[in-house]
Amino acid sequence: MAFFKLLRQSPLSARIGLAIILINVFAAIFVPFIAPYSETEIVGDVWISASIDHFLGTDHLGRDLFTRLLYGARNTIAIAFVTTLLSFLIGTISGFFAATLGGWTDLTMSRIVDIMMAFPTLIFALMVLSVTGTSVPALIVVIALLDSTRVYRLSRAVAMDIEVMEYVEAARLRGERIWWLMRHEILPNAMPPLVAEFGLRFCFVFLFIAALSFLGLGIQPPMADWGGMVRENAGGISFGIFKGLWPAGAIAFLTVGVNLIIDWFLHIASGLKD
Amino acid sequence: MDSLGKMVAKRVALGLTTLIVISLLIFLGVELLPGDVAETILGQSALPETVEAFRRELKLDLPPHIRYFTWLGDFFQGDFGNSLANKRPVAQQIGWRFANTMFLAAAAAVIAVPLAIILGILAALYRNSLFDRFISVVTLSTISFPEFFVAYILIALLSVEIILFPSISNINEQMSFLEKIHAIFLPCMTLTLVVVAHMMRQTRAAIINIMASPFIEMARLKGIKRARIIVLHALPNALSPVINVVAINLAYLVVGVVVVEVVFVYPGLGQLLVDSVSKRDIPVVQASGLIFAAIYIGLNLLADVLSIISNPRLRNPK
Repeated sequence: MAFFKLLRQSPLSARIGLAIILINVFAAIFVPFIAPYSETEIVGDVWISASIDHFLGTDHLGRDLFTRLLYGARNTIAIAFVTTLLSFLIGTISGFFAATLGGWTDLTMSRIVDIMMAFPTLIFALMVLSVTGTSVPALIVVIALLDSTRVYRLSRAVAMDIEVMEYVEAARLRGERIWWLMRHEILPNAMPPLVAEFGLRFCFVFLFIAALSFLGLGIQPPMADWGGMVRENAGGISFGIFKGLWPAGAIAFLTVGVNLIIDWFLHIASGLKD
Repeated sequence: MDSLGKMVAKRVALGLTTLIVISLLIFLGVELLPGDVAETILGQSALPETVEAFRRELKLDLPPHIRYFTWLGDFFQGDFGNSLANKRPVAQQIGWRFANTMFLAAAAAVIAVPLAIILGILAALYRNSLFDRFISVVTLSTISFPEFFVAYILIALLSVEIILFPSISNINEQMSFLEKIHAIFLPCMTLTLVVVAHMMRQTRAAIINIMASPFIEMARLKGIKRARIIVLHALPNALSPVINVVAINLAYLVVGVVVVEVVFVYPGLGQLLVDSVSKRDIPVVQASGLIFAAIYIGLNLLADVLSIISNPRLRNPK
């Protein structure tokens, strides 16, 4: 298979990245089977150190930290993934529309996006969340909307290049509709840059949600998520209890993994040999 | 330099328009809320009289366009309304916190900017050397790490394991300058680490880009000394992208301050914004959000204007 051939030629960094992602996805999917306790069960004293019963000890309420970390993987990754998907759905469709329709549609949408991008995302999100409240659906929609501006920029630029090709012209003359053009002519040709962007956007969204949860404005307790867990266990740090570093490290670990894969992918896509 | 003035004026006008649209968005955000802010914040069970009084306090009984202009007009006169949480004027709360945030950001910038430019130039000149690789691995990992991870690692190392700096950066007006610096050392270092990584990578890319251009190759073929090429040929041309990189990263710094302030419980504007969001203290959120937006847009504008001034080619658009 082409994929395995590609994998055999991949550099060490990409393999490490892939392994990191697979570990995380595996943990996220199979949590209920591998987690020794349940997500919110209080199993012992507060901040117990690591032992056979509790691989990483317990958190600030006496819940098993290892279990929380696994559930955190599931919640954080799932929410970040859904957000990125939604952001891509909005971004690519509007970007393709702007490129194929041109004229006023393009101008209006591009100006709106310019203005949204001129505003720092974190501040924007904080302000919107202060109004909408911090439920998971609100979080997903707000971040996806804010993030879709970057996807819009890229997909519009890519679609602009494809749009002037002869085959698009031919399809147009055939009398195909805009939707068909976007789906069958532009999308397949815009795939490679969009896939790399998906990885980058996922990283950004993932870190962004972690930061929001860390600020106490993202995913709310008792749901386990990495950013929130750092916040909850941060109080221990001044007493030399470094539990908060585990979820923070997990965030860094996954981001590095995804970045390694993107680097490799961009390298292949750019066609460089070394 | 008539055309130069015109271009700068155009950018400034664009920046101002953006700011006005954003102020409108900030204002409308509250407006578009399903139902009414008053009911949402007070809850379903609030008495009609309470809701009415609250609505009057937020001036919700006036038509939207009048409210917008009053709000904006008051804002420019330094009257940000009263906080919903403690009824005190917002301006009073924001004033010294804003100064604190600027102090922290400025301290980080003073260290980060020269450091990043020097490291970036060195990495570009000794490209693919061991030094370059090392720097690139370090910066890539700092970029991948969330700010609070870097912050807590610094706390763990320099505040708990070796007690050098406080993990809570509480500053007040009675402290001397040196005491303040000592107090903000860790947040300042966190910001520096994060920003240097971005800035250094972009500087490196900009310099490499210029070193690859034909006129540098020409200079090299003429046998000009390496130092002379860098100082007289590359540097003037690198100035524009580097200035741009610096200004954009300063804008990032001012926003990045939010998370770092929360980690170190630093009494700055970011901390206030986060607190107010969780308390849904809308006037404070609006005011501090608008201030952050203004700084961010202002610095980006500065980046544009400086790069126009430092790069004559941009003055004559085709």
